[in-house]
Amino acid sequence: MMPHDHHDHLSPSGHPYRKDNDEPLTYWQCMEIAMRELLIEKGVTTATEIASQIDTMDARSPANGAAVVARAWVDPAFKARLLENASRASREMGFDIGTLRLIALENTEDIHNVVVCTLCSCYPRNLLGLPPDWYKTRAYRSRVVKEPRKVLAEFGLELPAETTVRVHDSTADMRYIVIPVRPDGTENMTEEELAELVSRDSMIGTGIAKLPS
Amino acid sequence: MAERVRVKHMMPPGHVRAPAYLRGKTGFVERKLGAFGNPEQLAYGLPAEKIPLVRVRFSMAEVWGSDTEYPNDTLDAEIFAHWLEYPETHDAP
Repeated sequence: MMPHDHHDHLSPSGHPYRKDNDEPLTYWQCMEIAMRELLIEKGVTTATEIASQIDTMDARSPANGAAVVARAWVDPAFKARLLENASRASREMGFDIGTLRLIALENTEDIHNVVVCTLCSCYPRNLLGLPPDWYKTRAYRSRVVKEPRKVLAEFGLELPAETTVRVHDSTADMRYIVIPVRPDGTENMTEEELAELVSRDSMIGTGIAKLPS
Repeated sequence: MAERVRVKHMMPPGHVRAPAYLRGKTGFVERKLGAFGNPEQLAYGLPAEKIPLVRVRFSMAEVWGSDTEYPNDTLDAEIFAHWLEYPETHDAP
């Protein structure tokens, strides 16, 4: 027996092989293709328009949200506008967020906010890009509303008993961004340097801002 | 004094966006968001009436009972006005 006979589900690098997607298209994949082809055929949209929209979606990243948070950290008047109307404040910074209705939630020493969509996977994609896979799992969606502290601890975030946890379920038309607490020792950093400390998870509320290195 | 509201305890069929785990639970109005198309009509491609949408804040104790992690932690959700009723009694905190 060759040694690899026992491990033929692993690549030579020791990682499992990813299964090829040889299965037939699902019903909804067929529907999507049919709908797309019809829309193009009838001149409602074009293949170029679709490709450019995909590019636009792919270009959105948590860096946009991080820039908004960093601005809020350095500019109290901007932070006030952000808390008043986060959509307008994001547009003010030049981000094209479409029709996104955004609410900013400020973390403080006493309050920690965390965001979920229990019904599906609502997420401020126009500002933060695509959501992480775990955000869409049944485990995260069902558990974070019931035992948020346990879930946050699994993300490495142990909150003191004195902190109030506020969970926000995106059940309808609003989307949410958390403004994490600005870390100590960042007084002399520029807005651009500060934005580097703002992780995606810190804007969902499953993490906090990184410490300056 | 925050306005108290209760999510109606009903289980209609079809696409609704009032989560089942909040039905029958009482909270208070965190903020009013304006009127939005009713998702129960939008989901079926029907003309949708605009209905006021309200952010309601619940205590974890209200949602999950006394065995919750931290009773004073909170849960906020957006609930359409036709899902809300106004409790007359003021016995809850």
